[in-house]
Amino acid sequence: MKKLVCLTAVAFAFAMMFSSLGLCARKTIIKIGINAPLTGDIPKVGEGTKYAAMLWLEDIEKAGGLKVGDKTYEVALVIEDNESKAESAVKANTKMITQDDVLAIIGPQSSKQAVPAGEVANKYKTVMISPWSTNPNTTLDRPYVFRGCFLDPFQGPVIANFITEEFGFSKAAVLYDVASDYPKGLAEVFKAAWEKKHGPGSVVAFESFTTKDTDFSSQLTKIVKSGAQVLFTPQYYNEVPLIVHQAKELGWKGPIVGSDSWGSAETVKLCGKDCYGLFFSSHYAAAGAKGATKEFIDRYKKTYGYVPDDVAALTWDSLRLIQQAIQNTGKITGRIAKDRTAVRNSLAKIKNFAGITGNMTFTEEGDPIKCAVIVRINDQGEYEFYKSSCP
Amino acid sequence: MEAFTDFVQFIIQNLINALQRGSFYAVISIGYSMVYGVLMLFNFAHGDIFMVGTYIGFGIATLFLALFSGFLPAPLIFVATVVTTMFLASWIGVFVEVAGYRPLRSAPRASAAITGLMIGIIFETGILILLGATRLSFPPLMKSVSYNIGGIYFTNVKVMIIVISFLLMLALHAFIQKTKWGMAMRAMSYDFLAVPLMGVSINIIAPLTFAVGAGLAAVAGILYGQAYPILDPYMGVIIGWKAFVAAILGGRGSIKGAALAGYLLGFIEIFVATIFPSTLRDLIAYSIILLILTYKPRGFFGMEHSTKLRL
Repeated sequence: MKKLVCLTAVAFAFAMMFSSLGLCARKTIIKIGINAPLTGDIPKVGEGTKYAAMLWLEDIEKAGGLKVGDKTYEVALVIEDNESKAESAVKANTKMITQDDVLAIIGPQSSKQAVPAGEVANKYKTVMISPWSTNPNTTLDRPYVFRGCFLDPFQGPVIANFITEEFGFSKAAVLYDVASDYPKGLAEVFKAAWEKKHGPGSVVAFESFTTKDTDFSSQLTKIVKSGAQVLFTPQYYNEVPLIVHQAKELGWKGPIVGSDSWGSAETVKLCGKDCYGLFFSSHYAAAGAKGATKEFIDRYKKTYGYVPDDVAALTWDSLRLIQQAIQNTGKITGRIAKDRTAVRNSLAKIKNFAGITGNMTFTEEGDPIKCAVIVRINDQGEYEFYKSSCP
Repeated sequence: MEAFTDFVQFIIQNLINALQRGSFYAVISIGYSMVYGVLMLFNFAHGDIFMVGTYIGFGIATLFLALFSGFLPAPLIFVATVVTTMFLASWIGVFVEVAGYRPLRSAPRASAAITGLMIGIIFETGILILLGATRLSFPPLMKSVSYNIGGIYFTNVKVMIIVISFLLMLALHAFIQKTKWGMAMRAMSYDFLAVPLMGVSINIIAPLTFAVGAGLAAVAGILYGQAYPILDPYMGVIIGWKAFVAAILGGRGSIKGAALAGYLLGFIEIFVATIFPSTLRDLIAYSIILLILTYKPRGFFGMEHSTKLRL
């Protein structure tokens, strides 16, 4: 008899365990995928993405979960490294969608990865927001792919106009990486915008290199000899210091202007005094920010020890957009395909979202309409607001 | 007339650029050639030995600048950094030989060759885990001063890179031609079966060769850090491949050939980018090299005996 009681007790305990396990499995956890370059060419971008996401999760956890309709759900992040490679970004997206059952994906950041990864997300009908990718192809004809920033066809003319107004120049040179979607796309847009303004042939040197090159001396020698007054180089923080440094060595005297890819926290650290006084277009300027933007900057700086770059700010905005979209659906059914589509539809409807990088409303293509700022690297190496330009 | 001076300026400017680029290829490709001479195989980890050497140089330079920059003159710190780094990096070379190649010395050639690739990957990921993925900025060991002579721009750093590379190669030449060790290396490259029977141990000559190659690569790394001051764990891959191309082009096992081919590679790369659209640089540059190899399959100074073993 005693034995029987014991056995029953054990059996009961097992049953309890399994049923609670079963409950766990049935309880819906909202998973958000993060596809970021944690290693590879631009690890600082990945770090900013991850840190911003962790701050966001902290907020959600503090509130006890994400409230959708009348239920509160637990939220988990699935962070995947794309090694700053297109093929790894595709792999990461496929894994997160098919194995981890994420509800939505944030990232990848650079267009080189976001363009191919967007294809995957759209195919599997999963919402993806690329916070930082400015190449039009990322969202083009992909209803499930959105972005958190402006586009290169907008950014290119902004830079061309700025240089014309600020310096009064009419001859420009461009140096870009031909093997990467973002610099290549933006270089072409800039060239078209500049030549529309100053006539054909006003881009006097249009030089390129390929990813991982470190020596730009022959291109820069050509640029110096071309008689260009300004050099535009839409490159990432690992290349900008080399380009600026070598240009000065080869006798380049004019200004060097960059694009939003310069906005990383590392650019000035690696470039030093050579980069002081240069201009680039960006999504936000950290020095002199106000309101919610300043709150985010202060909190990030306190937690991680440095001022967040635009990637971190845009990632934060994208996560908050996703949060808003999920909450707007009113209910999570637990059927992942249905929920993904519901989130997509509610995200597309968001109007005038107040982000820390500006107000956003999505167009048909999933691109937000928002302003660009021109940032000047001041003599302390901070990114200072100089001018803003709105569509 | 003015167009002509412009043209000459342009050519000389590019010559200087090419000399700097070529110096790196030359010094690194020598490491490939030396090892090939002794062991008849290419050490594919050499590009990554260069990378590790650069990181060691970075550490030593940072340390010495912090310790001595107040009271020692900059050239002395530079020399101290170079010597210390060379010494430490040559142990990396010894390590690669002892841990990677020695156990496989009687194994098939292909196994020994891919060992190098694996050691390379271990170095890359090792540095990645040890130091993180963040880029490091190599501290300048001397103040860069720009000169403009007749419209040609160069810096003291550029001149220093070209001169030091040249001196290094002269020193190596003297070492190989004039010393007993050098003689043993040369003998080994003629016949690595008979020479050990004469009392020259391959277990001393092989690590010595790796050590010298790694030491050279480390100095190239310090100079590289002065010219392109951004370090990342994969920086050795492409420059390693290109230096390998130079080693083949110069003739397997020929040190003189490797050095010359390294400079030639620098010149071809720079001038192709100057004449053609820069997008086509590597395509045209390496097509030219393919063409040279088609007509000179042994490279410039390759000898019969150094190509008899395949791979």
